[in-house]
Amino acid sequence: MAATAPPGVEAAFGAGGDGALAGLRWAVARDLRLAMRSRAELGVQLLFYVIVVALFPLSMTPERNLLATMGPGVLWVAALLASLLSLPRLFATDHADGTLEQIALSPYPLEALIAGKVLAHWLTTGLPVALLAPLLALQYYLDGESVGVLVAGLLLGTPILSLLGAVGAALTLGLRGGGGSLLALLILPLYVPVLIFGAGAVDSVRAGLGATANLSLLGAGLALALVGTPFAAAAAVRIALD
Amino acid sequence: MALNWTRYASPASFHPLAGKLIPWFGWGAAVLAAIGLWLGFAVAPTDFQQGEVYRIIFIHVPSAWMSMFLYVVMAFWGALLLAFNTRLSGMMAQAIAPTGALMTFLALWTGALWGRPTWGTYWAWDARMTSELILLFLYLGIIALRQAIGEARRADRACAVLSLVGVVNIPIIYYSVQWWNTLHQGASVKPTGSSMEATMLWGMLVMSFAFWFYAIAVVLSRVRSIMLERERSAAWVAALPEVGSAR
Repeated sequence: MAATAPPGVEAAFGAGGDGALAGLRWAVARDLRLAMRSRAELGVQLLFYVIVVALFPLSMTPERNLLATMGPGVLWVAALLASLLSLPRLFATDHADGTLEQIALSPYPLEALIAGKVLAHWLTTGLPVALLAPLLALQYYLDGESVGVLVAGLLLGTPILSLLGAVGAALTLGLRGGGGSLLALLILPLYVPVLIFGAGAVDSVRAGLGATANLSLLGAGLALALVGTPFAAAAAVRIALD
Repeated sequence: MALNWTRYASPASFHPLAGKLIPWFGWGAAVLAAIGLWLGFAVAPTDFQQGEVYRIIFIHVPSAWMSMFLYVVMAFWGALLLAFNTRLSGMMAQAIAPTGALMTFLALWTGALWGRPTWGTYWAWDARMTSELILLFLYLGIIALRQAIGEARRADRACAVLSLVGVVNIPIIYYSVQWWNTLHQGASVKPTGSSMEATMLWGMLVMSFAFWFYAIAVVLSRVRSIMLERERSAAWVAALPEVGSAR
C-alpha cells in the first residue's frame, strides 16, 4: 500500500502507525513544554490537593482509627477533585486561541494527538498526585502496605481520570458559563467506579483480603479507557469545532 | 409484507405515524395499569414477612427496570445518530432523556418509601441504590449538556457521545458497587422473582408493560413536539392540517 502511494502523501500523513506515534510524541512534547512554562499553575493544583486532604481531619475529631478508616477515601476524592479542576487546561486555552482548530486540521490522526495531550495532562497532574500521596497518607496513619496499595491504585486510576476527563472537557468546550460545574456533573458520575475500586483496594488490604481483585479491575478499566476514550474525545472535539 | 423502515427516518413521515401510534400505546398503558393494579392490590396475597408494604413493588420494580432500559435505548439512538447522521435519532434520544430521568427518580423515591418500614431507613449505601443514583446523575448530566449547548445538531451529537460513554459505565457501576458493598455491610436483599407468588409476579409483569407503553406514548408525543419545533420552517410542517387551520 505505502509503496503505491504518491511520495507527497506519505510525507504528509506518515507511514501508518508511525504517523499516529509521531503525532502522539509531538502532542506530549508540546503540552509538557507549555506546562513547564506555567509551573506555578501546576504547583497550585498540587497545593489544592494537599489542602483538601488536610481539611477532613480539621473538620472532625482527629482520632487515629477514624482517620485510618477514612484516609483512602479522602485521598481518592481529593485526587478526583484535583483532576477535575485541571481538566479545562486540557483543551480550553487551545480552543480559545484557535490552536485546537489547527491541531484538528493537522495530518496526524486527531485521536493520537488527543491521546498525547491526555498523557501530558496525566504526567503533570495524576502522576504528581500519586507520588505525593504517601506523604499525605502519613497524616492519616495508614500503614506501609496500605500506602503501597494506595499509590499503585492511584498510578492505575489517575490515567483513567485524565482519559474520561478529556471526553468531558471536549464536550463542554466553549459552552455558556465556561462549563465548570457542568463538567463536574458530566464527569464525576463516570469517575465513581475508579473511586470505588481505588479506595476499595486499600480497604480490602486493611481488612486482610488482598488488593489484587480491585487493582486488576482498575487495570481492566485503564485498558478499556485507553482503547475507547481517545476516539470519544476526538469525536467530541470535532463536534465542538463544527 | 415488506416495510421500508428507513422511510420513517424522515420526520415528515414519522410525525403522522407517531401520531397514529400514541393513542394505542397510551390507552394500552392505561388498560394494563388498571389490570396490573387490580392484580397487585386486590388479587395478590399479603406477604407473610413484609405485610402490605411490599405492594409498592408494583410501582418500584417496573420503574427501576424502565430507568435502565430507557438509558440503553437512548444510547442506541445516539449510536444510530453518530453512525448514520439521521436527524430523527437525535430527536428520539432527546425525547427519551426526561422520561428516563423520571423513571429513575420514581425508582429511588418508591425505594426510599419501601425501605423505611422494611429496613428501618430511607436510604442506605446499598449497591442497587447507589447505582440507580449514579444513573440519575447521568440522565441529568445529559439533559444539562443539551440545555447548555442550545444548538440542536451539536447538542444531539454531544449527548450521543456522552450517553455512549455512560452506557459502558452502567454494568461497571452496577457490579463494582456490589463488590465494594460486600466489604462494608450486608444490606437487605430484595425479594427475588423465583420465590414470588404467581399473582405477584403477574402483577409486576403487567405493570412493567404498562410503564413501557406509557414511556413509548410519552416519548412519541414529545418527539412530535421536538420535530415541529426544530423543523418549523420546513415545508412539511406548513402543510400539516393543524398548522394550516391555526393560521
